[in-house]
Amino acid sequence: MSESRIGLRGVLVAKGRNTVLDIERLDVRAGEVLAVVGPNGAGKSTLIGVLGLLEKPTRGEVSFEGEPVSGPYLAYRRRMAVVFQEPLLLEATVEANVTTGLVLRGVPREERRERARRWMERFGIGRLAGRSARTLSGGEAQRTSLARALVLEPEVLLLDEPFAALDEPTRQGLMDDLARVLGESGAATVLVTHDRNEALRLGDRLAVLMDGRIRQEGTPQGIFAAPADEEVAAFVGTETIAPGRVEEVADGLASVKVGERMIEAGGDVAAGDGVLVCVRPEDVTIGPAGDGGPTSARNRLPATVARITPAGPWVRVELDAGFPLVALITKQSLDELSLAPGSAVVARLKATAVHLIRR
Amino acid sequence: MDLIWDGIKEAVRLIFTGDAYVYEVALTSLYVSGTATLIAVVIGFGIASLLVFRAPPGRTLALSAFNAGMALPPVAVGLLVAIMLWRTGPLGALGLLFSPTAIIIAQAVIATPVVTALSVVALQSVNPRLRTQILALGASRWQAGLLLFREARLSLLAAVMAGFGAAISEVGATIMVGGNIRGSTRTLTSATVLEVQHGDFETAIAFSLILLAIIFAVVGTLTVLQQRRSVS
Repeated sequence: MSESRIGLRGVLVAKGRNTVLDIERLDVRAGEVLAVVGPNGAGKSTLIGVLGLLEKPTRGEVSFEGEPVSGPYLAYRRRMAVVFQEPLLLEATVEANVTTGLVLRGVPREERRERARRWMERFGIGRLAGRSARTLSGGEAQRTSLARALVLEPEVLLLDEPFAALDEPTRQGLMDDLARVLGESGAATVLVTHDRNEALRLGDRLAVLMDGRIRQEGTPQGIFAAPADEEVAAFVGTETIAPGRVEEVADGLASVKVGERMIEAGGDVAAGDGVLVCVRPEDVTIGPAGDGGPTSARNRLPATVARITPAGPWVRVELDAGFPLVALITKQSLDELSLAPGSAVVARLKATAVHLIRR
Repeated sequence: MDLIWDGIKEAVRLIFTGDAYVYEVALTSLYVSGTATLIAVVIGFGIASLLVFRAPPGRTLALSAFNAGMALPPVAVGLLVAIMLWRTGPLGALGLLFSPTAIIIAQAVIATPVVTALSVVALQSVNPRLRTQILALGASRWQAGLLLFREARLSLLAAVMAGFGAAISEVGATIMVGGNIRGSTRTLTSATVLEVQHGDFETAIAFSLILLAIIFAVVGTLTVLQQRRSVS
């Protein structure tokens, strides 16, 4: 991949006896946003540290434009910018903070002011230019931190959980602004986050990092629709993961026995394979018991409601369909169906919504 | 009570009539302690940044030593410096004993651990991740160090004030290595001791008042600097 702007080659980071990061190869192209998702402790911050040349890997190397990084790091670091979870501002005005990197690079004063003004406007903090950084709210401080990084017009932008410390409305607003900025930026961007919605929102490409290793890499849709293994599936929000066995395959459609039930699913499997049946809760619909109405769903499973819990604007319904099955429905549906624990229903799901992982 | 009141009146007269002896002693004190503080700050800031940013092996041991050094008995320092500078001592050839330079050396030895230990605390109170962020913004090691010193400026000024206070209020070592020679090594503290021995309380009170005034002026100026929410 000659167009790789920044990448890793055979990188291993060990702390004591623990392997924190172990990545054979990673590449990010110019203009691309790679979202790295993973649970806490997956090695995400170490990944940013190594890419940002702030942390030396135990072995392996960072590549910049296809060439291994060598010699003084400073010259490379000046082509990058990093934003951390904490805003980490200096005790100075917002404008002085935003221009810090430009001062370090010896950019003339007039140009500094002009660029700072432009980027403060873009992040909606123009009116705060003269304010002391210590008087800012969390959201304003993180906007300042982002402006401070992007004013450098970096070739590589590294974002380490930049929204994690913000409350929900602030996070949404800032994510909108950042999405717009990233869309226009030519930087190779790596965003690490434990929040899969952030990753979906901002990432062009997704990598799932677990225990220091990249478990799966691809388009967000690809990974969410077809997680590579059970842990990735659980992390990307597949709530139903049930073991089963493929009974037969005909016309590309597999019949899988899960408990005492048969489920039809698409997938590259053979009869006799042991599989994990993965279903995302939003792909399960619920109808009244005995519902024989027209539907394109190939799977209709009689089930009883085990538990109902509110989930934001949705309602999470745990079903017992011979195996635990989770559905996400609207409050309206809940009322229409007058569901309660113990209600008998029919769960419907399309064969294409069932993802099989071979065990 | 008369003694104190007369003393204060006489002191004010001496100060405001520009008594040559009083001013000469005050200037010696300022020169000697100012220079000693400067030396302590240069060494102390240097060692503190080394200890905090480079985290060398044996850091805790060194830190304990500097912390203990804050309680260094000035008399012991005076004795050590006197032995070193004694005619037959290791540095006797320099002929520094009973010179202002000898006092500067002694006071610098006393002030350095104070400045170092407090500067370490000052630099450590800055979020350690801030250094990573500054490096990530493209700072060289020097630039990062300067920015972090600027960030810790309030606490670092406190370290400077404490160092100056330790130097200028010191008396035991000052007399031991300076000799309390009029016109050369007589400082406000050593002069006060002498005048009390002579029973000249008015002059002694004048010296003490000037000493307090200097400390107040210097520390006050630094405090104003410190508290000015200067942002640039």
